[in-house]
Amino acid sequence: MSTYIVRRFLYMVVTFFALTIVVFVIIQLPPGDYLDTYLAALEAQGAFADEAELETIRRQFGLGGSPVEQYVRWMWRFLQGDMGRSFEWNQPVKALLAERLPYTVLISVVSLFFTYVVAVPIGIFVATHQYRFSDYFWSVVGFAGLSIPDFMLALLLMYLLFKYFGISVGGLFSQEYATAPWSWARLWDMVTHLVTPVIVIGTAGTAGIMRVMRATLLDELGRQYVVTAHAKGVPHRTLLFRYPVRVAANPIISTVGWQLPAIVSGETIVAIVLSLPTTGPLLFRALLSQDMFMSGSIVMFLAALTLVGTLLSDILLVWIDPRIRFESRSG
Amino acid sequence: MSMQSLSPRTLTEVSHAEISAEERLYFASQWQLVWRKFRRHRLAVGSLYLLGALYFVALTFEFWIPYRPLTQQSDYLDAPPSRIHVRHEDGSWGRPFVYVLEQNIDFETFQRIYTPDTSQPRTIHFWRKGEPYKFWGLVRAERRFIVVAEGGVLLLFGTDSLGRDQFSRTLAAARISLSIGLVGVVIGFVLGCLLGGLSGFMGGWTDIVIQRMIEFLISIPRVPLWMALSAAVPARWSPVRVYLAITIILSVIGWAGLARVVRGKLLELREADYVMAASTAGATEMRIILDHMLPGFMSYLIVHLTLAIPGMIIGETALSFLGLGIRPPAVSWGTLLKEAQNIRALISHPWMMIPGLFVIGTVLLFNFVGDGLRDAADPYK
Amino acid sequence: MLHPVLEVCDLTAHFHLEEGILKAVDGVSFTLLQNQTLGIVGESGCGKSVTVQSIMGIVTGQPAISGSALFYRDGASTDLLSLDRDSEAHRMIRGQEIAMIFQEPKTAFSPVHTDGFQIMEAIRVHQANTWRDCRARTLDLLRQVGIPNPEVNIDAYPHQLSGGMLQRAMIAMALALHPSILIADEPTTALDVTVQAQILRLMKRLQDELGMSILFITHDLGVIAHMADEVLVMYLGRVVEQADVQTIFKEPQHPYTRALMASIPRVHKSQGYRLQTIKGSVPVALDPPTWCTFAPRCPDFMPGRCDVQEPDLLELSPGHKVRCFLYMAETA
Repeated sequence: MSTYIVRRFLYMVVTFFALTIVVFVIIQLPPGDYLDTYLAALEAQGAFADEAELETIRRQFGLGGSPVEQYVRWMWRFLQGDMGRSFEWNQPVKALLAERLPYTVLISVVSLFFTYVVAVPIGIFVATHQYRFSDYFWSVVGFAGLSIPDFMLALLLMYLLFKYFGISVGGLFSQEYATAPWSWARLWDMVTHLVTPVIVIGTAGTAGIMRVMRATLLDELGRQYVVTAHAKGVPHRTLLFRYPVRVAANPIISTVGWQLPAIVSGETIVAIVLSLPTTGPLLFRALLSQDMFMSGSIVMFLAALTLVGTLLSDILLVWIDPRIRFESRSG
Repeated sequence: MSMQSLSPRTLTEVSHAEISAEERLYFASQWQLVWRKFRRHRLAVGSLYLLGALYFVALTFEFWIPYRPLTQQSDYLDAPPSRIHVRHEDGSWGRPFVYVLEQNIDFETFQRIYTPDTSQPRTIHFWRKGEPYKFWGLVRAERRFIVVAEGGVLLLFGTDSLGRDQFSRTLAAARISLSIGLVGVVIGFVLGCLLGGLSGFMGGWTDIVIQRMIEFLISIPRVPLWMALSAAVPARWSPVRVYLAITIILSVIGWAGLARVVRGKLLELREADYVMAASTAGATEMRIILDHMLPGFMSYLIVHLTLAIPGMIIGETALSFLGLGIRPPAVSWGTLLKEAQNIRALISHPWMMIPGLFVIGTVLLFNFVGDGLRDAADPYK
Repeated sequence: MLHPVLEVCDLTAHFHLEEGILKAVDGVSFTLLQNQTLGIVGESGCGKSVTVQSIMGIVTGQPAISGSALFYRDGASTDLLSLDRDSEAHRMIRGQEIAMIFQEPKTAFSPVHTDGFQIMEAIRVHQANTWRDCRARTLDLLRQVGIPNPEVNIDAYPHQLSGGMLQRAMIAMALALHPSILIADEPTTALDVTVQAQILRLMKRLQDELGMSILFITHDLGVIAHMADEVLVMYLGRVVEQADVQTIFKEPQHPYTRALMASIPRVHKSQGYRLQTIKGSVPVALDPPTWCTFAPRCPDFMPGRCDVQEPDLLELSPGHKVRCFLYMAETA
């Protein structure tokens, strides 16, 4: 069991290393280095930088030298928590991220839970009522959910809610709470604002997992061990949840591996449409203004979020599936 | 099986025709079987035809649209979809027609209001000579599917803020939006087969490295990476280069899923009895791959390709919607949706969301076809 | 005089499929006596498994079932087929009064539960015991069926045990509540020959110790010879011959039974002896004809008779029944 987890962990470290290279390339992609962009930005404001200041910046950001040198210096700083400065906001990237990343994590995790809490029961219901009306109904709903891009769904919901209910969705707080200190009222305000983004982000995943759950459970329902349990006289409902549903949990948990990246992707774009105070709009603005330390760091954190999530789901899988748990013991 | 073919006439002489009908099933090629099974999926077959029609229209949109996609009709800015009538004011029925629109400005909301002038009907003609255009920018032609009589305008999906006909733009955008899915999948397919095949066949270090790459691409969120890469496409590039760049960005991240399928299938098939038998019989490696293994997973590949196309289409739409993908003057469904980004625009011009319905519809059709193919992919089940 | 414990009368199970009616079981009758073993033999697809699954109420695919299966207990009888399979009454009989063991021990256990748990559960669902009690009894049972290290193996998962061990665990599970009938559906088919013999010996021993009747399903005539008192030969959902085990092996009458006997390899036969096979393969009982279903493969096929109508199950001598025109006087 532990060897399995160690191996998964090592994989993650390797993947993380690959990620840093990709992010480094992203940062380096726009023509010119950070200094040129900075100078251009200064010039646009009508200011000029003197040679001493430029030298400071050069040292501060480790510019110059071969790409490998630059990579090593950038990585070294990053690991120490120095992610560079955002010239657009004229603040350290770290401070900006510290403000917004928690909301990204919150919305992603809530969406992930929403997805499974809705999809699994429907999947079970549909699998046990195969070829009935509800089966067809949910499969149509599922197809629709799979086919609507999340930002389209956000637009549609925004339009419908405003047109028919006069509700203006968007943001994570009402105006009176936007800058207020934390209180129960503010928390509740946030919860009500979470509903739309979570539904929008979670819909596609819900549809997908519903289908996986249905297919897996139908598969499991036909297995011999179900017949055995019937022959033992296990009551119908107990049997369903104790055996096939329990066995189907494994493939369902392993879907977290692709579900989480999809949710983080969805969160990024939906946050831009619904103007949520998360990393999505920040990334968007950073990319438009070529604020590369900013955008690179966001991509890094978003990817790291899914990597850690996938590792956690792998560990959960080991914990729940004895066939993997005892892999090393039985050879 | 054979009980069925026994006729009550005699037992000893089973009719020859019936045997051969059964034999035909045994000797039918895999593709015939797949097609036979796919045909039973009504929804999938219907979706396939609709998709075909959609691609055909995208291929020949110049003929179908009443106006050029870039023509600005300054008298009709932000106009809602036209109403088509078949009944005149005096109660008589006739060919479909539209009324000439009169533009007024509501001085309270400062919005344009268009009122039909019922005294001026304009007939809609089909298959008429109209304003000349060039097919694919190459072949000159004049015949159009829809031509409105002089003075009238037919704005099926309304117009945008520059007075461009959204219907014409939506059909024109289909060419880019629909093709980017196909081209992207083809590039992804080549990459996926190459790397997946290499990984599955070589094993060892190659396998480990490629496996890690696949895992990396699958386990990180795509949209931020797509955004970051496409934001780096230089602003001065021509529309064609941007198109290619976006396609490559989409497929460079999208090949991983396919490569994993190829590798998994290869490993599975390498152990299959019939491949073992072929190699024991002395078949060359190339022959084994082409004759024995390829048919074994071709059908799975096609299923995966079909289901990968919608992802590419959505990716392009999302990027263009944000302004990071296809850029004007080129039009894709995403660039059209860009105008519907804020709630004020949505409320006053809800018809700007129509291109989005095309995206949803196309993705839905691909999903139906893919679902039907998945069921048919293994005809021996 | 032995009492009957199970009396099946005219059992049919027809599946209504898109392609037609599949007559998996078609008018099967038999009686299982106390402490006796009744063997049901036939090739795969002859309906022997569906027969017992119908009695247990665990057949999948929802066939139309008719006939009766009287289960005798304390002088009273219950018709199992008239009970709703999801009813509490039927559930109380399953596992407690009639238990079953299956062909593939590897797949018959849930892969994510320990074998011990699955045995304990068999006790728990019928008796209000604590898990602790159940565990103690399960340990006894594991010992009784000869599983080494019961204290360790009670917490083992199915993938950690061999097929033979799992089959022993399955027997322990089935016998946990001392059922009066044990249904064994090809219990040794998936096992190695040596393990087969061990399992069969174990079943015989437990039958003597606990006193129960066994309904033994197999396609293996050697196993039947070893286990059964009474034998039922089935072909395409119908009983074609029925007799006690001696008679079946010494004087098989139905052409199908004779062909089966001829296909057993024998060591003492002289050189040049060729193993007999039955020509053709078992057809699917889909919309079967109204004449003898074995006719297309029968070496004694009589045109004009066998392909016109179906023979009745005729009693040749007391207890020996055959369904074949060879033993029926020609009627108009």
